[in-house]
Amino acid sequence: MRDVGVAEELAQDALVAALEHWPAEGLPDNPAAWLMTTAKNKALDRIRQAALHRRKQEALGADADALGEHLTPDASDTLDDQDIGDDLLRLMFTACHPVLAREAQVALTLKLLAGLSTPEIARAFVQSEPTIAQRIVRAKRTLTNANVPFEVPRGEELESRLAAVLEVIYLIFNEGHTATAGDDLMRPALCEEAMRLARMLAQLAPQQREVHGLLALLELQASRLRARADAQGRPILLMDQDRARWDWLLIGRALTALETARALPGEPGPYELQAEIAACHARARRAEDTNWRGIVAAYDALLTIMPSPIVALNRAVAVSRAEGAATALPLVDDIVDEGTLKDYHLLPAVRGDLLVTLGRLTEARAEFERAATLAQNQREKQLLLERARQTLS
Amino acid sequence: MRVMVMVKATKESEAGVMPTEQLMTEMGRYNEELVKAGIMLAGEGLHPTSRAKRVHFSGKNRTVIDGPFAETRELVAGYWMWQVRSMEEAVEWVRRCPNPMLSDSDIEIRPVFEAADFGEAFTPELQQQEERLRAEIEGKKT
Repeated sequence: MRDVGVAEELAQDALVAALEHWPAEGLPDNPAAWLMTTAKNKALDRIRQAALHRRKQEALGADADALGEHLTPDASDTLDDQDIGDDLLRLMFTACHPVLAREAQVALTLKLLAGLSTPEIARAFVQSEPTIAQRIVRAKRTLTNANVPFEVPRGEELESRLAAVLEVIYLIFNEGHTATAGDDLMRPALCEEAMRLARMLAQLAPQQREVHGLLALLELQASRLRARADAQGRPILLMDQDRARWDWLLIGRALTALETARALPGEPGPYELQAEIAACHARARRAEDTNWRGIVAAYDALLTIMPSPIVALNRAVAVSRAEGAATALPLVDDIVDEGTLKDYHLLPAVRGDLLVTLGRLTEARAEFERAATLAQNQREKQLLLERARQTLS
Repeated sequence: MRVMVMVKATKESEAGVMPTEQLMTEMGRYNEELVKAGIMLAGEGLHPTSRAKRVHFSGKNRTVIDGPFAETRELVAGYWMWQVRSMEEAVEWVRRCPNPMLSDSDIEIRPVFEAADFGEAFTPELQQQEERLRAEIEGKKT
């Protein structure tokens, strides 16, 4: 398939077929694969027809069926898999087009690229099936009405459009990541779907640094899913987790993805930097071996591209581990002075931690109590009050 | 879910007969498809059992036995780890695999144990540092 125009047409055909002919239920198990097959079949048809036409002109009376049989294996060899990959990429960008609201992008991505059924998507997002079904129908209509071209964006547009694709994938992952007890098992399945989409994207757009960064981040976060809560369902902080329960297969893959990112031109983006932070934890077989200086360095870079008090707060915690509480405390005080986080319960909680380390227990207690009043969540409140109590003993 | 997909051995694979160039090419393309689909986690070929050892456990005893081993059809010649949506999807993918062996052969699919971890409670607020960060960054982006 050397003719780009024909490939475009075929892809468009396949997409139109996809958008118009797939029923709400009974979606093929893997629409992306379906798309590949459809486009391939259409291409085969096209090639067969074109060759047939030529042959018929050359040799009248030849057996057309026999020619068709003869042509098929050759045709499938000449079909360029790159074009199919391009179709998938176009589909990803189309599903995440800015004309669509974020939740529509998410629903369409899950439907067209992740192969989830409407009921599955509904269960995953704890919404009704009609809501999801409508959202998808409206999204398709919006795309049609806006005459959204079926293409991969170029130049400057590519970066911002790619950012949207990455955000959608990350959103899907997060949805699955916050699964709680009693939740439908579709929710953790979202983590798997997000990782698959990220892997696919890494194959389709291997030159994009942040794609590998996101993949690394997702696999690192997923690697700790089995270690993050105890038998009673209580959350376990990363530094206290049993690292034998971390998924070292995923960690290995993530570290490779991170290396791939680093070898590409350009500066690391926020996903890659967050992945680097997670990787610093993953590279330490024991919590006490954690490379806190590396984590601080990653936060330094992250702050440059994403200046925010929360990033600064996280950096301060890393600094306290790398250089001590005395060095970190002024940093936290600066964040307090800055004011944006005045209602954020974790700010006084962190300050309290530092004060405990410095032996300033009375002040620490006040901070934990303040944090407890700000905390929205009962379990968290209890934990903070418990920490306040502990300062007295 | 995850599955381990095992290519079972045959007399030829145990005899160390190397695959043809054509099979290598086809397998290469198949593996590429697995990677592109995002399901491939890991995969390796295993040397014939002439290079293998077994450790037999009996109470406190450990006995080391050198290969080759007799029960050819039960032996594993290669494996993959895949992330799939269901056994049905795994079967679908296995069917598309090129004939891995010169003679009749089997590929076995075994689902991997997933601990009941997702049944555990986890509140969004009680997050480690990275997750606080993640929530913030998500908030900034939307």
